[in-house]
Amino acid sequence: MSFSVTEPSSRTKWFAGTLVILYAIITIMPLLWIVATGFKSPSDAIAYPPKVVFEPTMEGYVNLFTERTRATPEMLEEAGPPETWYDEIVREKGMVISGESRYGQRFLNSVIIGFGSTALCMLLGTAAAYAFSRFRVPLKDDLLFFILSTRMMPPIAVSIPIFLMFRQIGLNDTHLGMILLYTAVNLSLSVWLLKGFIDEIPVEYEEAALIDGYTRMQAFTKVVLPQAATGIASTAIFCLIFAWNEYAFAVLLTSGTAQTAPPFIPTIIGVGGKDWPAVAAGATIFLVPVMVFTILLRKHLLRGITFGAVRK
Amino acid sequence: MAEVLLKGVSKSFGAHHALRDVTLHVEDGAFVVLLGPTGAGKTTTLRMVAGLDVPDQGEISIGGHSVDGLTPAQRDVTMVFQQYSLYPHLTVRDNLAFPLKSSLLNTPKAEIDRKIGEVAEVLQISHKLDNKSTALSGGEMQRVSIGRALVRQPSVYLMDEPLSSLDAKLRADLRIELKRIQASLGATFLYVTHDQVEAMTMATHVGVLDEGRLVQFGTPRELYENPVSIYAASRLGQPRINILPADVFGDAPARATSIGLRPEQIRQGEGQESQVMRIERLGDQTRLHLSFRNHDLITVTDPHTTLKPGDIIAIRPERPFYFDAAGTRIS
Repeated sequence: MSFSVTEPSSRTKWFAGTLVILYAIITIMPLLWIVATGFKSPSDAIAYPPKVVFEPTMEGYVNLFTERTRATPEMLEEAGPPETWYDEIVREKGMVISGESRYGQRFLNSVIIGFGSTALCMLLGTAAAYAFSRFRVPLKDDLLFFILSTRMMPPIAVSIPIFLMFRQIGLNDTHLGMILLYTAVNLSLSVWLLKGFIDEIPVEYEEAALIDGYTRMQAFTKVVLPQAATGIASTAIFCLIFAWNEYAFAVLLTSGTAQTAPPFIPTIIGVGGKDWPAVAAGATIFLVPVMVFTILLRKHLLRGITFGAVRK
Repeated sequence: MAEVLLKGVSKSFGAHHALRDVTLHVEDGAFVVLLGPTGAGKTTTLRMVAGLDVPDQGEISIGGHSVDGLTPAQRDVTMVFQQYSLYPHLTVRDNLAFPLKSSLLNTPKAEIDRKIGEVAEVLQISHKLDNKSTALSGGEMQRVSIGRALVRQPSVYLMDEPLSSLDAKLRADLRIELKRIQASLGATFLYVTHDQVEAMTMATHVGVLDEGRLVQFGTPRELYENPVSIYAASRLGQPRINILPADVFGDAPARATSIGLRPEQIRQGEGQESQVMRIERLGDQTRLHLSFRNHDLITVTDPHTTLKPGDIIAIRPERPFYFDAAGTRIS
């Protein structure tokens, strides 16, 4: 029988495969649950034992995006036949649509704040990481440690001073305030990660570009950035996931104009009965952007996370 | 094309003195080779002419103008690095076009294509132009980086062991090709190598560096026939010069502590007896390892010699070099 050091035996492969599939099932269960609940009726959603097979309905999604009021049968008659499919779903419950919910706007806030802070974080992080990697910065090691030390306690530990500061300078419940806050929290991670990636790029490439007739800035944009793209992409995903999912600061610092989706979603549950399908629908839609972003950058992410293991 | 002048240039990195008071004049159109072991300051010299490092002391001028404070781009030099020189995210073609596309040159597209075609032809990489630069072998990469220097017509070409990663055949081809290009352009070359064949065949002048000092500068012949020290004498010559105690063959000049003998300075068939220890047949030459009064000697003999280990052969020094205790040549 041939024996190879690099090729695992078929038993090892089976074992590893089973382990991966089990892990995938465990992690994907809650996701499937949320997606399924979004298409259930409120009674199916809380049925016990849980219903695996159910009649799907768009009620949750309609409730998510609309404001409704209870109507008397006379009022319903007066309003005439329902004009759209979502009108019809609402009428069946003895209600009429009274307006649009704030979910769309909260979702947009999440997009602006999440992507805004990620972009700012990448801009500042790449510049700082490049400087730390290439230039003789006074007190470099101390500065790097100082930057890292901002992550040595949970950010929420400083929420009270931040709240007071934000109130004082008028950043409470503003997009700018949240973008700055999430950028500040993420910056240490991005500087450290990106410095690692830029350190891996030999300085000889830039020197060659300088001699080839380019300025330092041109060497940075034409030679360093394309090679750091992988690292920048994977760092951006980490930053986006944090800013997108952040809950505690959002609850504390936003209430209206700049409120993001995470603190808003629980409020969908309503004042009457518990509207779990609408909450689940809100959560499902909330998952989509990060998923799309990650899938788009997946190729870079896989290569980026292996760090120095990549060919030099 | 321009001359390069280094005047009293010193550079240290921390406690390490990379260059000490080096004065070097590279004439317009000269092909100057810097020789010396690793750490002698060869690469540092190139980097300072290129503007990648700044001298602590001294002055560098190119074409009669001081380049103090000028960026590498403003100096109009090109440099072939020993390694890591190709941009990995670009194709071979884009790598070659890179210097031509800089805002300094801003070469028109047709001109770029023509030049790349020419250079690719010379370096035998035409068939690889559309490959990703990371998909090349080491030798091909090195040829592309030489090509990146040749597409331009800068005032000075700087080359840091450009042929060291190539196989013997290609190295021999490119040696001739580079020399031909240099001669036909009348270009000024400052070239670093530790390969003495390159130094002997290509250089108009050779500079020998020893721990940051320029110990000798002259034509390859001068250096070979008239070395100033044991160190300089050891840079050139295959097999290397033999260094023995000065009085081993009898009378020696006063102060001399060592005698230096190149193979052709050992006359065979007369003088004192030595024993043949080993014979190395290299084809075109045969090396003779001798033992003379318990000292090892290497010399060259007739390719078809009938000598064999154990034989006794008489040898005599002929116009040898004598060196003092510090290794400096005295006669």
